[in-house]
Amino acid sequence: MSGKTISFGQALNAALDDAMADDGNVMILGEDVADEQGGGVFKVSKGLSSKYGTSRVRSTPISEQAILGAAVGAAIIGMRPVAEIMLMNFITVAMDQLVNHAAKLRFMSGGQTNVPLVVRTTTGAGVGFGGQHSDMLEAWFAHVPGLKIATASNPADAYGLLRSAIDDEDPVILIENITHYGMTGPAPEAGYRVPLGKAAIAREGRDVTLVTYGRGVGDSLKAASLLADEGIAAEVIDLRTIAPWDEQAVFASVAKTKRAVIVHEAVRPFGAGAEISARIHEELFSDLLAPVQRVASYPSPVPFAKPLETAFLYSVDDIVRAAHATTDKAINS
Amino acid sequence: MNKSDSSHAFTPELARSIYRKAYLINRTDQRFRAMLTNGELAVAYYPVRGQEVTAAAAMSALQPEDYLVTTYRGLHDSLAKGIPSRLLWAEFAGKRTGTCKGKGGPMHITYPPTGVMVTTGIVGSGIPIANGLAMAAQIRGENRVAVASFGDGASNIGAFHEALNMASVWKLPVVFLCQNNQYAEHTTLAAGTSVTSIAERAAGYGMPGVSCDGLDPEMMYQTMAAAVARARAGDGPTLVEAHTYRLQGHIFGADYSYIPKEELKAAEERASMMRLRQRISERQVTESDLAQIEQEVDAEIEDAVAFALKSDPPDPDEIRFDIYETEQAA
Repeated sequence: MSGKTISFGQALNAALDDAMADDGNVMILGEDVADEQGGGVFKVSKGLSSKYGTSRVRSTPISEQAILGAAVGAAIIGMRPVAEIMLMNFITVAMDQLVNHAAKLRFMSGGQTNVPLVVRTTTGAGVGFGGQHSDMLEAWFAHVPGLKIATASNPADAYGLLRSAIDDEDPVILIENITHYGMTGPAPEAGYRVPLGKAAIAREGRDVTLVTYGRGVGDSLKAASLLADEGIAAEVIDLRTIAPWDEQAVFASVAKTKRAVIVHEAVRPFGAGAEISARIHEELFSDLLAPVQRVASYPSPVPFAKPLETAFLYSVDDIVRAAHATTDKAINS
Repeated sequence: MNKSDSSHAFTPELARSIYRKAYLINRTDQRFRAMLTNGELAVAYYPVRGQEVTAAAAMSALQPEDYLVTTYRGLHDSLAKGIPSRLLWAEFAGKRTGTCKGKGGPMHITYPPTGVMVTTGIVGSGIPIANGLAMAAQIRGENRVAVASFGDGASNIGAFHEALNMASVWKLPVVFLCQNNQYAEHTTLAAGTSVTSIAERAAGYGMPGVSCDGLDPEMMYQTMAAAVARARAGDGPTLVEAHTYRLQGHIFGADYSYIPKEELKAAEERASMMRLRQRISERQVTESDLAQIEQEVDAEIEDAVAFALKSDPPDPDEIRFDIYETEQAA
């Protein structure tokens, strides 16, 4: 780290800038991404079209299928397109390009082509956007062999994951949280990489493992502080890559703590937590002192009104309670 | 590209080449259907009988390095764009020696050495992908053109409309080749499409739309060549509508009694290889030239069939590879 402070938005902008400077095949396309249209709705590509030109930084029509289709086509002949789909819910109108094409062309072509594209997309509840602008859909994509999904919990990781995603020879969906853009943290050195598929230990502990990613990391660290006050040492694992996820890091931690809680903003049923929980039970059943707990949002559409939105989102208290459930059960058994 | 290169003269050499491609497509389709009928192969197949000339003439307007994205009814396009018969047959038969190691099959043919970049089984999805190929060529300042080949049914799906608008806004070097074979699965053009000519739709996207008789080799070639030249010159996309005909059911073995008998008979006449042979022979192509082409193609197909049949299927362990660049734990 450089000793400076940087926001999520600045980190992502720097990653795009550095990647474009390093490789002429890197290009950006998406709605309003060029400076004439404001440099992206969340300003992540601000300044880049002025620096690299509107051939490589292209504002598009509101046409998600055409955006992702163009990214697929360019990627299979060696460009490194970074497509911005403003909000994750908008990917639903272009699922075909990701699920049927980006994910499968390497396999269906017998390895003759591959699709090194990046989709940057933002989402998240808590800012009053309601049902169609807030969903966390990572489990949909994690269920498709051929796709990779990553999300950062701090600006340095945002930089490092985006650089690694652009380097990667396969399609990567990078989820940004809408509440994160202004959040600051230590700035990474230029060229920093966070390897895909590698989790980080955000806090060490011996009593219970909190497995999480994205916004859940900050909330789990808060919960870990509260648990520490009670003498429970929680270890927080930041997956960083949701698919393919770092099973070995999670298994190593849970083998140590013998208790696990999975935390994510997405709704619980069939979420990423279900797969992670299942794998922990398959591998470490006899080591566990309690069933794995899951903390997730309420299975409704994301509501608009504040009291409802609050009722929808999991809370730090939910994480503490879930950790208690694993430790209480252990004590009772 | 200079003027002389972009002239679209229908030379005897070109006529011979188009006949060779059309005959190859016709006989490959026929042989493949025969093998499905007698049980030598059992795969889903979307026949191309009736559309041979359309693909043979249209693809003759392209350079080998030009890109093609086609669709599940794509055998004719794949052969016309130069995929070697052996590799295509082996892929159709699901063998490890096929273009895609048997992992793609007839609906998912890719062969970059001849520019066949994607064959999609999803109606209309290749059209935005062709834009991406063209966009890359544009950014790199290359002289390549991308072609999206699709049917009349695909012109009713959202991807078509999004892609044509984007291509026009960005003046992409792409040609949208709609092979209007009159049927979207079992539904006639009139029953499922709001216009009588697909080419009319180009006006909505500010690009030229041209209709031609896709069963007339010269007209098909010249229409396509003009659109390709326009794209290559940087003047943007064209929607080319080739009137052609699907002489079989949607998928091999399916009932197609919904096609009126008189209509089918007239189309069989228009799309017949005899008629093509006659037209080509009017272009200073001799009977012995034609006979030699037929003999060579027949031998090529028999060699390819033998190659496909004797090739091994993929090893089951092969499933682990080509999902990602590096194998992930399963």
